[in-house]
Amino acid sequence: MSYGRSVEVVETAENVRRITITVNGERRVVEVEPRLLLAHLMREGLGLTGTHFGCDTTNCGACTVLFDGEPIKSCTMLAVQADGHEVTSVEGLGTHSELDPVQEGFQAEHGLQCGFCTPGMMMASKALLNRNASPTEEDVRWALSGNLCRCTGYQNIVKAVLWAADKQRLSGPAAAGDTSSEEHVS
Amino acid sequence: MYPSKFGYEAPRSLDELSSLLNRYGDDAKILAGGQSLVPMMKLRFAAPEVLVDINGIPGLDYHREDPDGTLRVGALCRHVTLERSALLAAKHPLMAAAAPLIADPMVRSRGTMVGSICHSDPQGDWASVLLALGGHMVALGPRGRRTIAAGHFSLGPFQNALQPDEIALEAVIPAPTGQRSGTYLKLERRVGDFATAGVAMALETSDGRVVRAGIALTGVGPSNIAATEAAQALVGKPLSEESIEQAAQLAAAAAQPRGDHRGSAAFKRHVVATFIRRGLARGEAVAA
Amino acid sequence: MTQTAPVTPSSSQALDEIKIGGLGSSRLRVEDSRFIRGRGNYTDDVKLPGMLYMEILRSPLAHARIISIDTSRAWAIPGVRLVLTGEMMAQRNLAWMPTLSYDTQAVLATDKVRFQGQEVCVVVADDPYIAKDGCEAIDVEYEPLPPIVNPEQSAAPGAPVIRDDKQGQVDNTCYRWEVGDREATERAFAEADVVSKLKLHYPRSHPSPIECCGSVADFDPATKKLTVYMTSQAPHIVRSAVALIAELPEHMIRIVSPDVGGGFGNKVPVYPGYVHSILASILLGKPVKWTEDKTGNLISTGFGRDMYLDGEMALRSDGKILAVRMHADTDQGAFFADAQPSKFKIGLMHSTFACYNIGTGYITAQGHYTNKAPGGVAYRCSFRVTEAMFFQERMVQAAADDLGIDQAEFRRVNLLPDDAFPARTPFGFLVDSGQYDKCLQIGLDAIGYEEFRREQAAARAKGRLLGIGISTMTEPLGAGNSREYDILGIKMFDSAELRVHLTGKAILRTGAKTQGQGHETTWAQIVSHELGIPAADVVVEEGDTDTAPYGMGTYASRSTPVAGAAVSMVSRKIRAKARKIAAHLLEVSEEDIEWELGRFFVRGAPERGATIQECAMAAYSNMPDGMEPGLEGNAYYDPPNLTWPFACYIVTVEVDPETGVWDVLRVVAVDDCGVRINPMIVEGQIMGGLTEAYAMSNMQFQTYDAEGNIVGSNYMDYLIPTAWETPGFELHEVVTPCPHHPIGAKGVGECAAVGGPAAFVNAVLDAIAHTGVRNIDMPVLPDRVWTALQTHQDVSGAPPVRNG
Repeated sequence: MSYGRSVEVVETAENVRRITITVNGERRVVEVEPRLLLAHLMREGLGLTGTHFGCDTTNCGACTVLFDGEPIKSCTMLAVQADGHEVTSVEGLGTHSELDPVQEGFQAEHGLQCGFCTPGMMMASKALLNRNASPTEEDVRWALSGNLCRCTGYQNIVKAVLWAADKQRLSGPAAAGDTSSEEHVS
Repeated sequence: MYPSKFGYEAPRSLDELSSLLNRYGDDAKILAGGQSLVPMMKLRFAAPEVLVDINGIPGLDYHREDPDGTLRVGALCRHVTLERSALLAAKHPLMAAAAPLIADPMVRSRGTMVGSICHSDPQGDWASVLLALGGHMVALGPRGRRTIAAGHFSLGPFQNALQPDEIALEAVIPAPTGQRSGTYLKLERRVGDFATAGVAMALETSDGRVVRAGIALTGVGPSNIAATEAAQALVGKPLSEESIEQAAQLAAAAAQPRGDHRGSAAFKRHVVATFIRRGLARGEAVAA
Repeated sequence: MTQTAPVTPSSSQALDEIKIGGLGSSRLRVEDSRFIRGRGNYTDDVKLPGMLYMEILRSPLAHARIISIDTSRAWAIPGVRLVLTGEMMAQRNLAWMPTLSYDTQAVLATDKVRFQGQEVCVVVADDPYIAKDGCEAIDVEYEPLPPIVNPEQSAAPGAPVIRDDKQGQVDNTCYRWEVGDREATERAFAEADVVSKLKLHYPRSHPSPIECCGSVADFDPATKKLTVYMTSQAPHIVRSAVALIAELPEHMIRIVSPDVGGGFGNKVPVYPGYVHSILASILLGKPVKWTEDKTGNLISTGFGRDMYLDGEMALRSDGKILAVRMHADTDQGAFFADAQPSKFKIGLMHSTFACYNIGTGYITAQGHYTNKAPGGVAYRCSFRVTEAMFFQERMVQAAADDLGIDQAEFRRVNLLPDDAFPARTPFGFLVDSGQYDKCLQIGLDAIGYEEFRREQAAARAKGRLLGIGISTMTEPLGAGNSREYDILGIKMFDSAELRVHLTGKAILRTGAKTQGQGHETTWAQIVSHELGIPAADVVVEEGDTDTAPYGMGTYASRSTPVAGAAVSMVSRKIRAKARKIAAHLLEVSEEDIEWELGRFFVRGAPERGATIQECAMAAYSNMPDGMEPGLEGNAYYDPPNLTWPFACYIVTVEVDPETGVWDVLRVVAVDDCGVRINPMIVEGQIMGGLTEAYAMSNMQFQTYDAEGNIVGSNYMDYLIPTAWETPGFELHEVVTPCPHHPIGAKGVGECAAVGGPAAFVNAVLDAIAHTGVRNIDMPVLPDRVWTALQTHQDVSGAPPVRNG
C-alpha cells in the first residue's frame, strides 16, 4: 500500500515491505514503501482519518496514537517500523455503543472547538489515565504538553481529562487502567 | 512532510547490524528513536540512502548499574524510561532533572538518550549531562568495542566521532566518588523547546568538600561545552558563595553564544551564570 | 425585542426554554459527537476516485529575478502527471489574481519572486511523496535582489521597487489613508497640559490554525461542473471569486467547506494553492488534492498585524483626554492582500479609543510593500481592531503613568458613561451600548486591586517584581451594514434558510461557516428560542454553496451579529406563517392568537392551543384555503450597525529579575457580549481568545532577518503555548443587550484576543515601572525584559532580527 493505493499501481515494487500490525485490535497485513509515515498509513491506507497532520516538525501532537500502549507521534514513525506492533488510534477509543470516558469528558466539559487537535489530545489523555488513574491538574497539563490546541485555551481540556478520571474511578476497578477492552473492538 | 526514498534494513542482532554497516558504510544512517532524524527527513534536510532500524535488536533498552555503581544506558533506552526511573530518582539527580525536560511526552516515548547524543545537536540536553558527569560513549564496530570520552564524541553541529561502520552501543556514567548532587537548568521559550541556554551541573562531595565537579553548557556554542575551569573552581573545598560565583563567571566566559531571535549573546551568557548560581545554591543545600 | 423567555403565568403551557436547549442553555455541542470519534470530515479527509496530489515549489529567496526554470527532471519521474510554471499560468491569463484589497497577487511567479516562500512551480503526481520528489527535481536559477523587510527600508530613497509589475508604481507605497479632524486635534494638542507619546511595533503574527489550508478540486469534464472542497471560512466569496478569476459560470461552481480545523482569519482569502489545484483539475480532468504543509501555511498565507504606531495623547492635568493623534505604518508584504471591507484601507483601525470620550482625534496611515509574505488578515479580530485596541490600551497606560494617575482611575475618568449611548466617536462609529464602569469595577474587585498593590509594594521591598495590567476595550463586531461594508463590492449581509418538516423537525442552513464556534449547536438554540422547537430537533448545515443561502462567511466575529440575526428573522417569518395556520386550526381569527414558547393559544382560553409541531403538520396536510403549503423560508439580514461588546481584562504577573522570564499569576476577564446564546460556548471562545492574547504577548511572532529569511516558519520557532504554560482564566459576565440585534447578542469570539495582549504587556511593564521603560515590543521575551532591566531603555522588536 503506497499512500492508500493498492500495491499494483506502485511504479516499482522494488522497495515494498509487507508488514503486520494490530490496529485498534484488528490484525492488518499491508504493504508499504519504507518512506511511508505511520500517520499516512493510518489515514490513507487504513482509512482511519481521525489521526491528523497539524505540523511538519513533530510539535503539534494531532497525530498522537498509542504504540504498544505508549503515546507517540505517528507522523514521526515510519509505517514499516510498526511491523509486529499494536497501534490504537482515536477510532479505537470506546465502542460503537459506548464512549470511552475520555471522549465523554471532552464533550461534557467543552474540551474541543474545531476538533482538529482533539483525537491527539484524547490519545495523550488516555495514555495518562492508563498510567495514572488519579492525576492532578498539573499531571494533566504536563501529559498534554506535547499537544497543541489553538481554540480552547486548554482549561476545558484539563477539566475534561479530570472528568474522565473521575468517571473511570467511579465505574470501578475493572475500568480503571484497563486498556484491553478498547483493543478488541471489531 | 514526505521523506525522500531510502532503502530500509531492520537487523535482528548486533552481528547482523555490523555486517549491514560494513556493507553500506557512509550510505547508512542508524534509526533508533528517530525523533530528530525522521523530522529532518520529512523536511528533506536529511536524505539517507539506507536507513538501518535498530529497534528490532533485543537487549539494548536497558539502563542499569554495575556493582561498582557505573551507570549504563543502552542504545534503545527511551527518554521516558529514564524519566520514570526509580534508580535515577534515587541516585542520579542530574539525569533525573534532565530527563523530563527533553522535548515532549510523545517524543520521550520514542526518543533515546544515546540517539540524542549521537545527533550532536548543540541544543541537545543529554550531551551536556554526559559531559558534566564525565561519562563516555561505547562504540561497537568491526574492530570491536571502543570508548569515546564525552568531550571527544561531538565534533561539531550534527557531527560525531563514530566511524561509518560503528554504532553507539551505550552511554556510560562512571561511579561516583562521593555523594552526588546536581541538576539541569534550562531556559526554554516554551515547554519542549530546545534550550536558549542550558546548564548541567554535577557535584560529588565527601566530608563536606567537593571531590568532583562537572559543568556543561547547552545551546551556547557550536557543540555542548564542558566548562572545565568553572567546574575545577569548585573542587577541593566546600561549596561557598565565593566558589560558586567564581564558577558562574568562568562558565559564562566559557560559553560561546551567538545572538539570535532567542536572545543576545550577552543575555545567554548572563543566563548561564545565573543558572550556575541557582543550581549550585541547590547543590549547596544538598551537600550541607 | 425578546431577550429571555417571557415570564409566564402559572397556567401557561409554555416550554421551559433551558430544557429544550433554547437561549441561555449551555447545551452540549452536537458537532462533538463526530469529532470525539475521529469522524470529522476535514478537507484532507476527502478522498475521491482517481485523485491526484499536488505539491508547491516555493522560493528560497525573498527577492530575486527568475532567470530560468527547468522542469525536465521533474517530468521524467514516474508518477508525475503535471508540472505547472508561471509561464504556463500566464498563457491562460492566470499568473496573477486579484486580492481582497483590490491589489493583485502572483499565482505562480513569472518575473521575480517577492518573498521567501512564494509559489514558483506546482507538481501533480500519483501521490504527494512523488509530487514532492518532483518539486525537488525542478531547477530554478535566481538572480538575487536586495530584500526589504520593514517599512523604513521600504520607504527609503532609492529602495528597489518591489511591485515593478504594476503600472505607475514608482515606489513601495501601498496605500495612504486618513480619518478624523486634523485641525481640531491640533488645537487640542496646543491646549494640552501634558502630551503623552508612545512608539511601538505590533509584531507580525500568524493565525495558524492547527489544520493548514488545502483543497480538493474536482472538475468533471462531462458536466463541466467544478466542485472544490476547501478550507474556507467564506465559501460563497470563493465561489464568486472563482467565477470572476477563472471565468467559469457561477452556477457550475460548487464550493464545499467541510469541517474546518480552525480559521482565525487565515482561511478567508483565496490563496494561490487553491487556484493551482483548480487549474490542475481542469487540465487533467481528475480530482486534485492540495494539502498545505505547516511551513507553507506559515510562510505564505495571511498573517496578521505587523503594524507600527506613532501615537500621542493630549491630556489635561486632571486626567481628561483632550485628543488622540496616531500614525500607523503597515507592513503589507509583497502583495496587498488584506481581507477587509473595501472602504477601509487599514481595516477598522479607527475604532481605536471608541470606548473613551477623547474629544477629537486624527489618524493617518501608510501601507508599505516589503519582501515578506502577503496578508494582513483579520487574525481573530474585526479587521485591524486588534492593533487599534492594543495601541489604545498601551497609550492609556503610558498616559496614566505620565500624569501620575492610577491606571484604573484614569480609565474611570475617560470611559464613556452608561448614559452616553448611542455614542458617536470622533472617527464616525456609533457605539451602541455598554456598562463600562460596572465591568471595570467587577474586574478590579475580582483581582483585588488595592490588595494587590499592597502585595506588590511588599514584594518590591524584597526584590521581587510583581505587576498588574489592565485592558478595557470595546470592539466593533459584525460587519456590517451594507452602506459601509463590502468585500469586492459584495455587501456584508448574511443569510439563513429554515425548513420545518411535516413532523416539526427542521433543517437550518446559513451563509456562515463554523470552524469551531459551534454553529451546529447555537443556531439550533436560536430557532428553539424563536419557535419552541427543541434544539435537538433542528439540524444545521453550512458550507456547501449549492445548498446554503448566500452569505459572507464567518470571521471578524460576525456570525452571531449577522447570520445569527438572520436565523432569528427567518424563524420569526416561520412563526408568522404558523400563526395563520394556528388560527385556522383553532378556528379563531389571527388577532385572537397569542404565542408562548412552543405554542399558540386562544386569547382568554389558554387551554385551547396548537403547538408549533401541530402547525407544521397542518402546513403540509391541513393548510387553510388559499395558503401556500409548506413551512419554510429564508432571511437575508443587513445589520443596522455593528455590535459593540465591551471587556475588561486584568492580568497579574511576576517577573524574574535575573532571567527576564515572567509568569502569569492571575487572569481576570469581564466580558459583556450582550445576551449569551450558549454560555458554555461563549466562555470557550473567551478562553481561546485569552490564550492567543497570552501567546502574542509572550512567545508567538514572526520576524525576518536582513536577508528576508523568515523566522517562525514552523512550530519549532513559531511558538504556540501548550497546556503547561497557558494560565488559568477567571471569567465574569455583564449583560448589556445589543439594542439593535434581534436577540440582543453581540459578537464575542475575538474580544479576548483583541483586548487581552495589552493587559499582559501592561502588567510586565508595571512590574518594571521603576526602570522608567515605556515600551517593550511584543512578544515580551525574556531577553527583551532583561535588556530593559539592564539598560532602562525601550526595547524594539522590529525586524530585521539582530544577530550578535
